[in-house]
Amino acid sequence: MRYDTHTKVQPVVAGDVLPEPNPEISAETRRMSGAEILLRSLEAEGVKIVFGHPGGAVIKVYDEMARIKPTFQHILVRHEQGGTHAAEGYAKATGKVGTVLVTSGPGATNTVTGITDAYMDSVPIVVFTGQVPTGLIGNDAFQECDAMGVTRSITKHSYLVRDVRDLARTIKEAYHIARTGRPGPVLVDLPKDVLMAEAPFHYPESVSLRGYAIPEAGRPEKITRAARMIMESQRPIFYVGGGAINSNASESLTEFAQHARIPVTTTLHGLGAFPEDDVLALRMLGMHGTWWANQAVQHCDLIIAVGARFDDRVTGKLDSWAPHAKVIHIEIDQSCISKNVFADCAILGDVNTVLKQLRPLVEPKDTSEWLAQIEAWRQECPLEYEQDGKLRAQFIIEAMREKTQGDAVVLTDVGQHQMWTAQYFRFLHPRTHITSGGLGTMGFGMPAAMGAAFGLREAKSDRPVVCISGDGGFVMNAQELSVAAAHKLPLKLAVINNRFLGMVRQWQELFHMERYSHTDLSDTNPDFVKLAEAHHCVGLRASTPDEALGIIDEAWKVHDRPTVMEFQVAKEEMVFPMVPAGAATGDMITKRMTPNSFV
Amino acid sequence: MAEPLVLTPQQIIRKKAAGEPVEPDDQELTSQHTIVVLVENSIGAFIRVVNMFSARGFNIESVTVGVTDDPTISRMNIVTTGNERIIAQILRQLSRLVETIEVTDLTGTDFVERELCLLKVRYTGRSRAEILDINSIFQGKVVDITCETMTVELRGPSQKINAFIKMMQPHNIVEVARSGRVAMQRDHTSI
Ligand SMILES: Cc1ncc(C[n+]2csc(CCOP(=O)(O)OP(=O)(O)O)c2C)c(N)n1
Repeated sequence: MRYDTHTKVQPVVAGDVLPEPNPEISAETRRMSGAEILLRSLEAEGVKIVFGHPGGAVIKVYDEMARIKPTFQHILVRHEQGGTHAAEGYAKATGKVGTVLVTSGPGATNTVTGITDAYMDSVPIVVFTGQVPTGLIGNDAFQECDAMGVTRSITKHSYLVRDVRDLARTIKEAYHIARTGRPGPVLVDLPKDVLMAEAPFHYPESVSLRGYAIPEAGRPEKITRAARMIMESQRPIFYVGGGAINSNASESLTEFAQHARIPVTTTLHGLGAFPEDDVLALRMLGMHGTWWANQAVQHCDLIIAVGARFDDRVTGKLDSWAPHAKVIHIEIDQSCISKNVFADCAILGDVNTVLKQLRPLVEPKDTSEWLAQIEAWRQECPLEYEQDGKLRAQFIIEAMREKTQGDAVVLTDVGQHQMWTAQYFRFLHPRTHITSGGLGTMGFGMPAAMGAAFGLREAKSDRPVVCISGDGGFVMNAQELSVAAAHKLPLKLAVINNRFLGMVRQWQELFHMERYSHTDLSDTNPDFVKLAEAHHCVGLRASTPDEALGIIDEAWKVHDRPTVMEFQVAKEEMVFPMVPAGAATGDMITKRMTPNSFV
Repeated sequence: MAEPLVLTPQQIIRKKAAGEPVEPDDQELTSQHTIVVLVENSIGAFIRVVNMFSARGFNIESVTVGVTDDPTISRMNIVTTGNERIIAQILRQLSRLVETIEVTDLTGTDFVERELCLLKVRYTGRSRAEILDINSIFQGKVVDITCETMTVELRGPSQKINAFIKMMQPHNIVEVARSGRVAMQRDHTSI
């Protein structure tokens, strides 16, 4: 077996001697270093921004960058993890592929969390890692790390380039694989000697990957069958995941649902695929979803799953989930089909294409009775929080919603504030809600917000970028603040400071007899205002609702740098409703029960 | 790929709860499957296939790999166990790898399987005849002999090899080397 990872064998022509460089010949055939080939390939790929951090193994790349001044922007991040999350934020906000460039060893290992995050949430990013020279691989050389080995289970695909002549083709393939099908992270490992070696540059027009099929249209007989199931159903719902956003299916979905009068519930990653102010919007389902969305799931007779994977945070205890429902599953990744929940009709294909195939076969349905029932559930247990004059996260989120009229890109970190944002912001547009769902990575929010802001700047959009974090997660990548400041990104960064690892505290209170083991942050929290100022950002603080509204107004007046808004809130607040982990969706804890009555 | 009729745990639990009969097929019955995977001929592709099994908690009983008549393609023969649902998952997960070209589950089709086994056994004057006897029943071949040990070579379906090793167990086995299973469909369709 050959010791390379290339998909297609391209026999090297014997005696591949190339002519001396000639200034007359075009860049196409000019010999250049692997490092320059990398930069030229990124240009040819249409890359506009690279998040990176230099080091010994990639020093040649940075050298060439200074020399040739490529057409893309390089953002020097302050930690490679921040770089990967920034690339994710960029990719999610724009729908384009994010790019990361780091050195070998620690540079590569620092990207592991971000790569895993991108893998779990199907985010297209390409990560270039430096590697020790090919002759030293396996030698425990300085800053050597088997990046391919480490990332094998967390990448959609990965490459180790052993020959500079394979470099351009590999990069073309990497972007193609990251972007198409179910998107995901691709790693390209670049040994130093490959970056130093010279070869002529030619960026291929197309890729040929014989083992890589991208599903597009659904099979016609499945479409007909699904249409029949929809027409026969009495109580259908759409269950929409991030796949709908990845395939830009928001418009088709919205039109479809409104035409057929079918209510829509979304997962955390589906938020924004369907306007949450529509009467058909059930909002989010699952562990911290709305009571009415979960009730609808439990009583519906048909689930039309669109780019969703029936994950355990959605279904809770599987055997009692959606007990009366038949399932149509529209999905691009065959491995998601019938993995957890059996699909009576599975349609493998691009979600948007399939919805467009299906729509003409479905006539408007009379679902008024079903919608009235859902409305009753909505009245029975609305989303609400105590209005006692204290400052609460929900109030802050609603205030930001008010401020932006829902026209903002909102990122979150991981924890209670993430769930409150999902519950209270009411998202209207695709790609306006960006969060770490699958992996639940604390420290995701701030750098991802930076990446998203770069993406919006590139697209000349003036949508504000808002990030909502907890006091725990915010410090996990706060070093990127100064990067955002250096690039004058007017991020609105809210830190919901409850002086606790709130979500863990909530579980300790509900399920662990109120033993608050190591979740109190009061002694180790920094002064967030000073932290902001130390990173050349504006720092503001509020501890009452009035002050909160005041600093939000103030923050929105800052246009030339990030603003950190610290909101001091009560530590006791909990996220409700809640389906405890592993419990049945029907057994939601709603606000009205005293928490301990459950355990 | 034809979609096998496979019940998820959710369906099985529901069926049982509803007092419906659960067909033997529905149960979490595990069986052995022989899966042939054509992959790009590279170490990376091979590792990725094997790694997928470990990362997702699937079993591998044996795996063999070798290049095909096309030097750019390797053929992996994987023997795994699992219930229908798990096997379906394995097939889907294999197909979605970038470097897998074709994935076929031979189980349930008419196929030939072979395995090669080398077995070294210590003999005495008394046991020698019996060892040779077993060997000839199984149509093994003595490929090496010293005054203390003999090494025999046996080819055949894995079950035959299992049986052979079992028969040899009472004797003084020094070591056993098995190749793992290779398999091929019987009819004209080549996979
Ligand atoms: C990197 C990482 N470590 C640990 C966890 C486990 N975890 C999930 S939520 C949470 C608490 C987050 O606290 P904070 O950032 O203050 O947000 P809050 O829940 O208070 O809104 C923790 C520790 C995680 N998700 N990610």
